[in-house]
Amino acid sequence: MSTVIDITLLTFLAVTALAIIRTRNLFAAVMLAGIYSLVSAGLFTALDAVDVAFTEAAVGAGISTVLFLGTLALVGWEEEKPAHQPILPLVVVVLTGGALVWGTSDLPPFGVATNPVHESPIAERYIEESGHEIGIPNIVTSVLASYRGYDTMGEATVIFTALVGVLLLLAHGPHPRRVWEGDRWSTKWDDPQLQDEDDETLEGDGPFESDSPEGGSANG
Amino acid sequence: MDDQIILRLAAKTLIPFILVFALYVQFHGDYGPGGGFQAGVIFAAGFVLYALVFGLRRTVQVMPPWVTLACGAAGVLLYAGVGVVTMALGSEYLNYNVLAHDPEHGQHYGILLVELGVLITVFGVMLGMFYAFAGRRSLDG
Amino acid sequence: MNILGHFNYWIVIVLMMMGFYTVISRGNLVKKLIGLSLFQTSVFILYISAGKITGGTAPILIDDHGEAAEAASHVLYSNPLPHVLILTAIVVGIATTALGLSLVVRINEAYGTVEEEVIHNRDESL
Repeated sequence: MSTVIDITLLTFLAVTALAIIRTRNLFAAVMLAGIYSLVSAGLFTALDAVDVAFTEAAVGAGISTVLFLGTLALVGWEEEKPAHQPILPLVVVVLTGGALVWGTSDLPPFGVATNPVHESPIAERYIEESGHEIGIPNIVTSVLASYRGYDTMGEATVIFTALVGVLLLLAHGPHPRRVWEGDRWSTKWDDPQLQDEDDETLEGDGPFESDSPEGGSANG
Repeated sequence: MDDQIILRLAAKTLIPFILVFALYVQFHGDYGPGGGFQAGVIFAAGFVLYALVFGLRRTVQVMPPWVTLACGAAGVLLYAGVGVVTMALGSEYLNYNVLAHDPEHGQHYGILLVELGVLITVFGVMLGMFYAFAGRRSLDG
Repeated sequence: MNILGHFNYWIVIVLMMMGFYTVISRGNLVKKLIGLSLFQTSVFILYISAGKITGGTAPILIDDHGEAAEAASHVLYSNPLPHVLILTAIVVGIATTALGLSLVVRINEAYGTVEEEVIHNRDESL
């Protein structure tokens, strides 16, 4: 039964990916990417990775779609027709894919309990000892927060850094624009008329006013 | 979307449940699927839904952008701070065993605090990114 | 279950190549990022497939502590380590995608387009 589910969902994924490639409407592509995430979340559930499925459903189908749509609202919905036939990319992709398929002949078969990855002492330790050592049933949480706590702290730092990067790129005005002046391109800075509409709330007080009482409430 | 009364009512009804569900996911993460990452995203999604239906201006009044940045930093600080506390108690960095007399309870407290730090960071980052994109005006006006 | 064999891995490769193809053949920067996230998800599926044990169950201990070790000896759990790695990778993935999208927004503001060809042409004409 689970084999049937597995094969069906994987086929759905392939079909959705094909549709994403073929459409030139970016809105449709983003929506299909949301469906793709949701189907892969279903696949993760079928493969026993419930925590991963939960994250993929919340992040991939939720926040990611919202961020892509926010970008499309700024840059437009239509993709231009490609200028030339994609012969070279196709050759590269087919060659790479062929090499990878050839490489899978060395991989251990799917789902067998004696595969090297399951025989490793580290996974055994997590499964057999985390009940005693950590005392919570969800092994994934034990590993995430305790055994591999360094890792998770690194991840938290990475996503915080990404936020700082996004804010540096987007939360500040003014920004330069290229303007066509008859015979050449010149760089112009935003005119003040663009500044005075509705997002002073974001830029005026700004996220950069740092004398906040936040630390206390978050630590409490 | 001032004329979409069904949408507004549905959103208004759903948002409190979304936020409470996020907290459930957070604190039930020890016993079932869930944890700081998922809860942070769901908590942020509640505010994103509010912003989509009621507008960015009103959302910013509820949750100002500087709070999201401060959350992002405070969560990482809380996480790293737990490590410093365990070091101060005479153990390795992020070894929660020393947080209570019983090592297992220490692990419970440690995981609770660390997951809280992850929740705060992920919430701040996701909502802050949404604000950054939604607050940007397109070139066409 | 052996009919499955390497089917998962092959589909992963097909998805990966579809994402790769989108990245290298399309000029639209948003489309490139969508392709990149297809590629990313295919890697997630590869890891999770490697962690699956046929007949296993989700890595959540069925008995609470005490009898946990005893329970673990006769309940088959899938490997939790890939799950942890991918769980964090998903969140980091959306963070980096958002960074890429904000670069796209800035490129659009600077050049008035997100089509690679047009951007190249404009830079050469300067």
